[in-house]
Amino acid sequence: MSIPGSNLSARGAVLLAALAAALLAAPLLANDYLLTVLILILYFAYVGQAWNVMMGFAGQLSLGHALYVGLGGYVAAVLFVRFGIGPWLGMLAAIPVAVLVGAIMGFLAFRFRVGGVYFAILTIAFAEFTRVGFDHFSYVGGSGGLFLPVSQYSRNDLVNLRGNPTMFYYVMLAFTVAALLLCRTLLRSRVGYFWQAIREDEDAARALGIDTFRYKMIAVMISSGLTAPAGVFVAFYYNNLFPEQVFNIARSIEIILAPIIGGIGTLFGPILGAFLLTGLSEAMHEVLSAFGLDVPGAKQVFYGICVLFVVVMLPDGVWPWLARRLGVTERRS
Amino acid sequence: MPPLDLILNVAVGGVLTGLVYGLMALGLSVIFGVIRVVNFAHGEMMAAAMFLAFGGFTLLGLDPLLMLVPIAALLFAAGYALQAGLINSFINRPEHSQFILLVGVAIVLVNVLLMLFGPDAHGVQTSYSFDSFELGPLIVDATKAYAALAALLAAAVLFAFFRFTLLGQAIRACADNYTGALVIGLNVSRLYALTFGIGTACVGAAGAVLILITDVTPALGPVYTLQAFIIVIIGGLGSMPGALLGGVLIGLTEALAGLFFTPSAKSMFAVAALVIVLLLRPQGIMGKRLR
Repeated sequence: MSIPGSNLSARGAVLLAALAAALLAAPLLANDYLLTVLILILYFAYVGQAWNVMMGFAGQLSLGHALYVGLGGYVAAVLFVRFGIGPWLGMLAAIPVAVLVGAIMGFLAFRFRVGGVYFAILTIAFAEFTRVGFDHFSYVGGSGGLFLPVSQYSRNDLVNLRGNPTMFYYVMLAFTVAALLLCRTLLRSRVGYFWQAIREDEDAARALGIDTFRYKMIAVMISSGLTAPAGVFVAFYYNNLFPEQVFNIARSIEIILAPIIGGIGTLFGPILGAFLLTGLSEAMHEVLSAFGLDVPGAKQVFYGICVLFVVVMLPDGVWPWLARRLGVTERRS
Repeated sequence: MPPLDLILNVAVGGVLTGLVYGLMALGLSVIFGVIRVVNFAHGEMMAAAMFLAFGGFTLLGLDPLLMLVPIAALLFAAGYALQAGLINSFINRPEHSQFILLVGVAIVLVNVLLMLFGPDAHGVQTSYSFDSFELGPLIVDATKAYAALAALLAAAVLFAFFRFTLLGQAIRACADNYTGALVIGLNVSRLYALTFGIGTACVGAAGAVLILITDVTPALGPVYTLQAFIIVIIGGLGSMPGALLGGVLIGLTEALAGLFFTPSAKSMFAVAALVIVLLLRPQGIMGKRLR
């Protein structure tokens, strides 16, 4: 038996409901530390989902998604700090900015037929260019960073995104669920099928009459626009932005690890990957400090080895394998 | 506007450093040209080679120029093992899968360096660190001149290897026609391992001499990876002379950008040059037309 309009089995639906309940109840049970870890997990699940639209659905490998996180964060933070405009309005400004930059890059790349490895390196180049540019952009604080006013908040102010971790947790959870639902709709839409055709064989897709340029542009624009709110979240959650930090290549790589480990092109892959990788990273930290071995770098060495292990053993990611094991079917679409 | 002789001096320094960058990028170009795998751990290997040279210098008092050959040999062995043990099974996997594999290698490498050496910058000071040659109005740094010379020599050996030896020709055959190479009975996976080893040996040689010019920190890994990409794409991915030319151009661009603007903005010019080349001549200056 399957749920109408879904490719989840009944068992999958039960598991999904249990997961949703656990996530909704988590702040009641978790301590502060665990809650911050969960926020981090949801953040990676969200941006991973956004990245997956471009790579997993349409087959365009972006290695520079930190660009859209950073732009989103900076636009909203500048509007807040300089003009007193709240984060939700700021988000409405941040999304078009990220979409515009994504569109410019996509236009140049697809018009000039920059593909494959070259496209991936172009995305790094755009992010790097922006990073160094912001380092010397004194209006937004340059390399010294941009800071949001911090004080003790006795109550949660959802309008201005000022408050305690529990509030941020629910905001990020809502984002993640919304992104999941959006991606699910996209994947089953006409656009989604065109993307998958392009991903599997671009020449064949063109031969079938698909305007590949147009649909690749749509993928880049949706992916970049979807990534920008994560930046707004980062800015208001951490209260500081440094070009060196937010636009760093390392951030872009972090973003794409979760969907690749979880299972590229699947809907639950980015979420599962975020849980596995962030959980692994934090668990590593705990274990190493328990044994007094927490020298800088040790955690990341084991982390890297685990990533290698997964890539070698499960080429399609963990989710397709786990889904088969659990008897919940999600075809890799 | 700075005085002309200063500009000239900075330009010469940039070209000399650029030759070392070129040797590093040559390794990336050889690996991609033959195996069609992009080595995303290239810069991390560069940082490792620089730390090896630093370690050899501080512990054993060896001159980095003398360590060029042993370090290149060591990195050759590491590269050979990596390709034979791990990457060969990824040859037919999609690009993003290969990417994550090498990113995993890079993460491990850079953090092992961090554990061993800490986050601080390390450099070496040789007896000739402050020597210079005067050539008319030019004052050439002795370290940069030796490093560039060593890089050129290593590159020449590599060119000769690919041009004149049977093994080099066999590797070129694999690059030209994979199936054809299999048909005539070449052991392609062994040749791939050799190629990857040769590529990482270039990195080893480049790292051993670059420590004479700049300090090294583990955080430099990704920086050099990006720089190697920029160089080979500008020069032409897969073209050996192109890599050296790209290295010189990037060395020159960065040196002059540092002089005319601010040193911290120099990588912006290199990246801008990359974007322009990607859009206008994606095969690079010396690359063959791909599409």
